[in-house]
Amino acid sequence: MSILVIAEHDNSSLKAATLNTVTAAAKIGGDIHILVAGTSCDAAASAAAAVNGVSKVIKADAAHLEHQLAEDVAPIIIDLAKGYSHVLAPATTFGKNVLPRAAAVLDTQQISDIISVESADTFKRPVYAGNAIATVKSSDDIKLITVRGTTFDAADATGGSASIEDYTGASASGLSTFVSAELSKSERPELTAAKVVVSGGRGVGSAENFAIIEKLADKLGGAVGASRAAVDAGYVPNDYQVGQTGKVVAPDLYIAVGISGAIQHLAGMKDSKVIVAINKDEDAPIFNIADYGLVADLFDVVPELEGKL
Amino acid sequence: MKILVPIKRVVDYNVKVRVKSDGSGIDLANVKMSVNPFDEIAVEEAVRLKEAGKASEIVVVTIGPEKAQEQIRTAMAIGADRGILVKTDTPIDLGGVEPLAVAKTLKAIVEQESPDLVIMGKQSIDDDSNQTGQMLSALLGWAQGTFTSKLEVDGDTLKVTREIDGGLETVSLKAPAIVTTDLRLNVPRFAKLPDIMKAKKKELEIKEPSDYGVDFTPRLSIVEVSDPPVRSGGIKVPDVDTLIDKLKNEAKVI
Ligand SMILES: Cc1cc2nc3c(=O)[nH]c(=O)nc-3n(C[C@H](O)[C@H](O)[C@H](O)COP(=O)(O)OP(=O)(O)OC[C@H]3O[C@@H](n4cnc5c(N)ncnc54)[C@H](O)[C@@H]3O)c2cc1C
Ligand SMILES: Nc1ncnc2c1ncn2[C@@H]1O[C@H](COP(=O)(O)O)[C@@H](O)[C@H]1O
Repeated sequence: MSILVIAEHDNSSLKAATLNTVTAAAKIGGDIHILVAGTSCDAAASAAAAVNGVSKVIKADAAHLEHQLAEDVAPIIIDLAKGYSHVLAPATTFGKNVLPRAAAVLDTQQISDIISVESADTFKRPVYAGNAIATVKSSDDIKLITVRGTTFDAADATGGSASIEDYTGASASGLSTFVSAELSKSERPELTAAKVVVSGGRGVGSAENFAIIEKLADKLGGAVGASRAAVDAGYVPNDYQVGQTGKVVAPDLYIAVGISGAIQHLAGMKDSKVIVAINKDEDAPIFNIADYGLVADLFDVVPELEGKL
Repeated sequence: MKILVPIKRVVDYNVKVRVKSDGSGIDLANVKMSVNPFDEIAVEEAVRLKEAGKASEIVVVTIGPEKAQEQIRTAMAIGADRGILVKTDTPIDLGGVEPLAVAKTLKAIVEQESPDLVIMGKQSIDDDSNQTGQMLSALLGWAQGTFTSKLEVDGDTLKVTREIDGGLETVSLKAPAIVTTDLRLNVPRFAKLPDIMKAKKKELEIKEPSDYGVDFTPRLSIVEVSDPPVRSGGIKVPDVDTLIDKLKNEAKVI
């Protein structure tokens, strides 16, 4: 068996989720190759070649791949897939955008967001906002899979010495063009990989008030997350949303502040090691899953907590 | 511009579902069913384009049980003009009609209806697949604008702002194309009683899967559906000092 992992990268380095995906590939077992598709992506390809357990890197370097649009990346995957038993991508907005496009053309039913590998054809995945876990067995010849990063450890980014091969068959689809990107800039660790996450909800009340959440996160060296209500209200950007339809996180410590604990929010954080909830409503559902609950006004206790740490 | 909106009948987002005791699936008996929330956003967006004079007709389509007519009527009450139900008794959540089969059926419908734009949800909240739009787009060889939080239509050019992990990305697509919705695209309206009454008279066509020649045999078999590991609630702490002490000395996470 050989497995192709689709790298998520910014042309110079690999995104963390790529390493978790390599671990999922290793659990399936077999030769692991990585596809790095981008523009001037030598550095990302070298980083991929250094990942422990990877035997080959396929580098598709072309001008039209700069923004890795699905319409341009999927044809490369379709072309390469025939040589593999499995094709894996991280279950990030990148992987979710690209992989089903390849799966449809390959006439394969993709398996989304796996949380465990039971065997080469059987996987577990959460459904219904994580309220049930389905074990599914695929009958497709080539298995296309997206991988939930939080449930697989990151592969060692060093120790590998894979060969790098050029892929030259890429051509522009002409279907879609990149216009612009507005990326959040932050000195904080990436939300999905942070050891500590402090999230704020509607209870925080305004964008200005979010400063107290950020201060606490900075004191703990953590990332800042949010509920959908906080994003919808414009307190924080969309990429802070944790939940069923946002990001999934599983840090050592998750602090939910002014968040009620709707099913959809829990779906994105209930695998955290230790959960703290701060809420003034003692009946808030978040307390049903919190290891430590503090019934209090967040505007009193969050600054106090930050001050005392 | 003609718009096709695929919608799915799913368990209502407020329901906390239960796994069947025999592990074969989810217990959906007597559970409230609704239009998948992302699809309601898709219908609303189509209706706004029509109200802005940019769309001429909105056709909703669903693959599902007889009762999915209810969801088509809901979409019509928001403002869709016409509906197509591809009726099947096969389950549409797990172990039945899968995204690939849905995408193939939708492709056949697109070929008959020739819409200029398909707006659909990014994800159904039952199977959480997040695949169908991308698959349909691939099968048609069209462009895709997924996870959309803003859509601007200018003739046959679509400017799509997408919610991605790092922030926002804007792409430009030429119609015909597929757009999948994210939560911030719009807030769907509540249908008013007169609109609900009017919806009852709109045209709803009932079709069979065989009309489209698509094989619904699942590629993924369900080995088991089980409960997630339960997380029991912990304790309440009286004050910040106790919280810090617990995090330091008991949980050892700070
Ligand atoms: C299709 C769909 C997808 C969704 N996806 C997601 C998702 O991915 N992520 C997500 O988070 N949600 C998601 N939701 C929304 C979800 O259902 C809830 O509406 C949302 O999580 C509520 O956010 P909240 O807890 O911040 O707000 P609320 O439920 O309004 O809770 C606010 C809390 O703050 C507390 N509070 C208020 N003031 C204070 C104070 N001064 N001090 C202390 N506590 C205070 C209140 O007691 C309350 O418990 C989704 C919904 C749908 C329909
Ligand atoms: N049975 C169905 N009938 C019509 N549309 C569907 C069906 N299943 C999925 N869709 C559409 O595809 C989107 C994504 O669903 P999924 O890929 O299952 O997460 C949904 O939001 C719907 O717009």
